[in-house]
Amino acid sequence: MLRNINIGQYIARDSIIHKLDARIKIIITILMITALFFIDSFKGYFLFLLAVLFIIYLSQISFMRIIRGLRPVLFLVLLTLILHIFFTRGGEVIWQWRFITIEKNGLITGLFMVSRILLLIMFTSLLTLTTSPLQLTDGIESLLRPLKRFGIPASELAMMMTIALRFIPTLLEEADKIMKAQMARGADFESGNIIRRSKNLIPLLVPLFISAFRRADDLALAMESRCYHGGEGRTKLHELKVKTQDFIALFISILFSILVSFF
Amino acid sequence: MALIEIKGVDFTYNELETPALANINLSIEAGEFIAIIGGNGSGKSTLAKLLNVLLLPGSGKVLVDGMDTADEKYKLKIRQKVGMVFQNPDNQLVAARVEDDIAFGPENLGIPGPEIRKRVDQALELVGMAGFHDYPPHELSGGQKQRIAIAGIIAMEPDCIVLDEPTAMLDPKGRKEVMDTIHFLNKEKGITIIHITHFMEETIGADRIFVMHNGAIYKEGTPEEIFHSISDIKRLGLDVTVVVELAERLKKEGFNLPDVLTISELVDCLC
Repeated sequence: MLRNINIGQYIARDSIIHKLDARIKIIITILMITALFFIDSFKGYFLFLLAVLFIIYLSQISFMRIIRGLRPVLFLVLLTLILHIFFTRGGEVIWQWRFITIEKNGLITGLFMVSRILLLIMFTSLLTLTTSPLQLTDGIESLLRPLKRFGIPASELAMMMTIALRFIPTLLEEADKIMKAQMARGADFESGNIIRRSKNLIPLLVPLFISAFRRADDLALAMESRCYHGGEGRTKLHELKVKTQDFIALFISILFSILVSFF
Repeated sequence: MALIEIKGVDFTYNELETPALANINLSIEAGEFIAIIGGNGSGKSTLAKLLNVLLLPGSGKVLVDGMDTADEKYKLKIRQKVGMVFQNPDNQLVAARVEDDIAFGPENLGIPGPEIRKRVDQALELVGMAGFHDYPPHELSGGQKQRIAIAGIIAMEPDCIVLDEPTAMLDPKGRKEVMDTIHFLNKEKGITIIHITHFMEETIGADRIFVMHNGAIYKEGTPEEIFHSISDIKRLGLDVTVVVELAERLKKEGFNLPDVLTISELVDCLC
């Protein structure tokens, strides 16, 4: 179960979208999502969908992969649609049966909401599919840096993210090892109802936590001995640099989001 | 002036009554290969942490290149000069990619990006792991992880590397990789090595050995001198190597042998 550890959902490809600066991608994503909330016509949503499809094409990520990412929200989408159809009032009556009526406004608002949710998920998953967690971390750090003045410890947060990313596989491996050791001693992780099963996880979680704290202690010592003293005066091996294509991408998406908001 | 000088140092951990170190005096010259050997609780790890300002001496002085470790303003400078490699290879790599991990030290020192890039490449080359830039640590073997940890120190351009039982958690192959690497760095790059271990055979090839016992330096000498006080060593619960033991027994049986340390030396003498 713990083979093929894949952190986040990054898929490595050699595409234009992958090569864009992480900061620019984050900004574009925020911009586009904001624009998405200003659209109030089907033409607008259609245009937006075309843009998303075009970016998917450029990113060389398979369309099915994106569709699969929509599955977890399917229930939410259906629920939204049903609630709007039956409970939002206004406009002419389309269909009526005893006390249940469907009115036009309800149908339209419902479809709007559904398009909005689906497009939002598609666009944000494009960000995480084309940007590695490390680049994302660097990007977020760099975007938050100006907020340092207001007491937001950007580089420390980024350091925490990096360490978390570094230790996820290590801890997973360890969990696997502990699980096997406990199973050899007769622990049962698979049978029983939910309560029973979560109780049975205790012999896995206790050793895992103890070892995680021990690791944290060791790591802090190792970091200190390598001159770590917070984000102050730290340089970076990979300085993020905004290139021409980043500006072009940003420019296009600004234009597009203005245009699409008027539809 | 010696690179490292320890003068009359005592150290006691907060909650304990017996001191971890008592009246330690030693000095280490630049370019030396020092092995420190001792059983559990002999104080060898505590001594290592004093050299790198992770601990401060209770009394006495630790001087690195003339700088007092108790002086806050030298802390970073000393940590840059004296790098430290720890026992558990998993718990000292910080970043999710090899090159980012090696860059961690230089980044903390505020070295500009292009210069870090150069140092990372050189360091990988020196530990024999060129081409491993992009690997995540969990895909490396124990020996490789320890070499990356060493590379991370080298990238800070230290005068001295302290290794605190770097081979204790490795298989024989990984152990050999690490030992070869630190001997290479000592010979070719002139980096002072302080190697702390409880494997007697890893002290062969050191310039000097310190044997620690109960928080004090019990014996000091060249490998030849230390290895041939077998009864002393055994009393401390340490094992001498098979070769030395064999040679000693042969001598008792009346063979005429000089002092030998390695298998090839013994073979030469016998055949």
